[in-house]
Amino acid sequence: MIDLALSQNKEIFVLNLGPQHPATHGVLRVKLLMDGEYIVSAEPVLGYIHRMHEKMGENRTWAQFMPNTGRLDYLGALSYNHGYARVVERAAGIEVPERAEYLRVITVELNRIASHLLWFGAFVLDLGGFTPLLYAFDDREMILDLLESVTGARLTFCYFRFGGVYNDIDDNFVPGTRAFIKRLRKRMPEYHNLVTKNIIIIKRLRDVGPISAGMCRRYGATGPVARGSGINYDVRKNEPYSVYPEFDFDIPVYEDGDSMARYMVRMDEIEQSMRIVEQALDRLPDGPVMAEKVPKIIKPKPGDYYSVVEAARGTFGVRVVSDGTNTPYRLKLRSPTFSNLSLYGEAARGMLLADALALMGSLDLVIPEIDR
Amino acid sequence: MNAHPEILRLLAFLAGLIIFAALNAAYLVWLERKVCGHIQRRIGPKEVGPFGLLQPLADGIKLMTKQVLVPPQVDPVLFRLAPALVLIPAIMSFVVIPFSANLVAREINIGLLLVFAFASVNVLGLLLGGWGSANKYAVISAARCVSQNVAYEIPMLITVITMVMITGTMNLNEIVLQQPDISQWYVFRFTASPLMPVAFLVFFICSLAETNRAPFDLGEAESELIAGFHTEYSGMGFGLFFMGEYANIVIGASLATVLFLGGWQSPVSFIPGGWWWFLAKVYFLIFTIMWIRWTYPRTTLWGLLNLSWKVLIPISLLNLLVTGGMLKLMPLIFGAG
Repeated sequence: MIDLALSQNKEIFVLNLGPQHPATHGVLRVKLLMDGEYIVSAEPVLGYIHRMHEKMGENRTWAQFMPNTGRLDYLGALSYNHGYARVVERAAGIEVPERAEYLRVITVELNRIASHLLWFGAFVLDLGGFTPLLYAFDDREMILDLLESVTGARLTFCYFRFGGVYNDIDDNFVPGTRAFIKRLRKRMPEYHNLVTKNIIIIKRLRDVGPISAGMCRRYGATGPVARGSGINYDVRKNEPYSVYPEFDFDIPVYEDGDSMARYMVRMDEIEQSMRIVEQALDRLPDGPVMAEKVPKIIKPKPGDYYSVVEAARGTFGVRVVSDGTNTPYRLKLRSPTFSNLSLYGEAARGMLLADALALMGSLDLVIPEIDR
Repeated sequence: MNAHPEILRLLAFLAGLIIFAALNAAYLVWLERKVCGHIQRRIGPKEVGPFGLLQPLADGIKLMTKQVLVPPQVDPVLFRLAPALVLIPAIMSFVVIPFSANLVAREINIGLLLVFAFASVNVLGLLLGGWGSANKYAVISAARCVSQNVAYEIPMLITVITMVMITGTMNLNEIVLQQPDISQWYVFRFTASPLMPVAFLVFFICSLAETNRAPFDLGEAESELIAGFHTEYSGMGFGLFFMGEYANIVIGASLATVLFLGGWQSPVSFIPGGWWWFLAKVYFLIFTIMWIRWTYPRTTLWGLLNLSWKVLIPISLLNLLVTGGMLKLMPLIFGAG
């Protein structure tokens, strides 16, 4: 399609999609070479919201970087808390009490559901359907209320501490979460009836924007993008951490690699996260939520430490190099959507503008996390 | 005075129709926001006036007092002309719409033809507005609008030709007079053609596409093309496009009402007909249009053209054929009655 476009038609023009554009959900700019409505080449341009998070991390104490992690992916902030807390705990040799790990898993999974719900709404909004966004927000609101009662924040959470979590849950949290899961179980079939089975949605997503497993591997795509292309990889199963091995849950994998597959992976992940939360609530142990002997100022032994967690958008890795002082010598973040976006140029080539935007939506981009 | 009663009548109608179009644009926006609010489990506008009823007034004042920005790179003539080219034909089409038996600005024998002639000018306005804006998104949108309108005018006109074959007239009021009660409405007139409800559906879908309404709102697909052809318009330039869009929706719903749903005639013979029936039917159709908009996502251009060329045009041609056959056969079977 693209070769045909190049050879027959010389009227190729540049279309700057962004940095302010409704479909990019942030300040992403995509430089598109267009032939009519066909995309000849697409090049994501980053840097509009770069805040030097890594450098900031190297200039403040270990604990002071924790709030920054919530500002990478503001939709799934707790996973990023978790990733950073884990790597520092590994470096400093801090043991986390079991109850704290359970609370971490419960809140992270709730946050994952909230993130996927918001993605669901925003994705359908990209496809021109406004209403599901409001329904999804309605459900997400309940999660935010629950998380607010525990963490004190609604979006940029900073809940985890080295050695546990900062606050224990209150009495309303467990029944509130159970009520929410009951409600969402009822709502999911409604979403499927309204959106998944809609003929227009099916036509727009099925076989559109194919991403092969090979492409995912070449660009390092992870998370629902890779799982939608048939790569059965989820850190929670493949490199189990925290208390995830104790729970019974599945990793949804779809082979097709089209936008529909990525959509279905996320919708199924909502169900699986609900299962994890339910099991965690059932088995929630008593005990402290903070390790007892955590020094006020952490000075990990010199060394190179790395830790990965499964965030809502894929594998989030943190590498820290300690020189034994109270600040990291080097802090490197590996954020999932950066890799997921990098395949966009190859995947969008030759597509129609409308389909390419559906593809972009299906990647679930959060720009501040790409552009750290 | 007595020498020019016709001119006075026309002037009165002109003022009336412009007010009707403006009020419709204003209050359909209010209705749209209310409908969409309730569909989305919100309550919609409620602050300005009771039930937010003064919201359109506030919006109108805001639009009118806003500066009409004319960006330096645009074509100054086309840019200013385009909004008028969208609104004026829409208002002109109202001239032949029969609101009730006597409430017609001008009863013309070729009323139906006139409406479609004006409806085609509307596309020109969108094209010029998009082209004159010197904005890539607007140009893409203008191209989409034109191909969409061309594709959908064909099945729509074939359906209308079918209707004209059945009714034998292009005078809208006479078409209404042929449908005295619900069994005689053309949408249920199976003696004319068994495909009448399908014809109504084709006409309705086409009028959605003609007016750039969801799920066919490709021209102003906000998640792809920002705001499409009116990206560069502000203030009343945008306001005129907006009024034109809503006036076209009213025209589309009015035509569907006149052709298929008995116009101002009452559905049952013991309740008298009148303009209230006409408005009730029109607003019911408009409500349906809004309902569709807030339920369905947008199609793509390909999906849209495929639907037109592969589904709607064959169906409307089949209907034309069946109707023609029925018209010739019925007298043969049932005698020359």
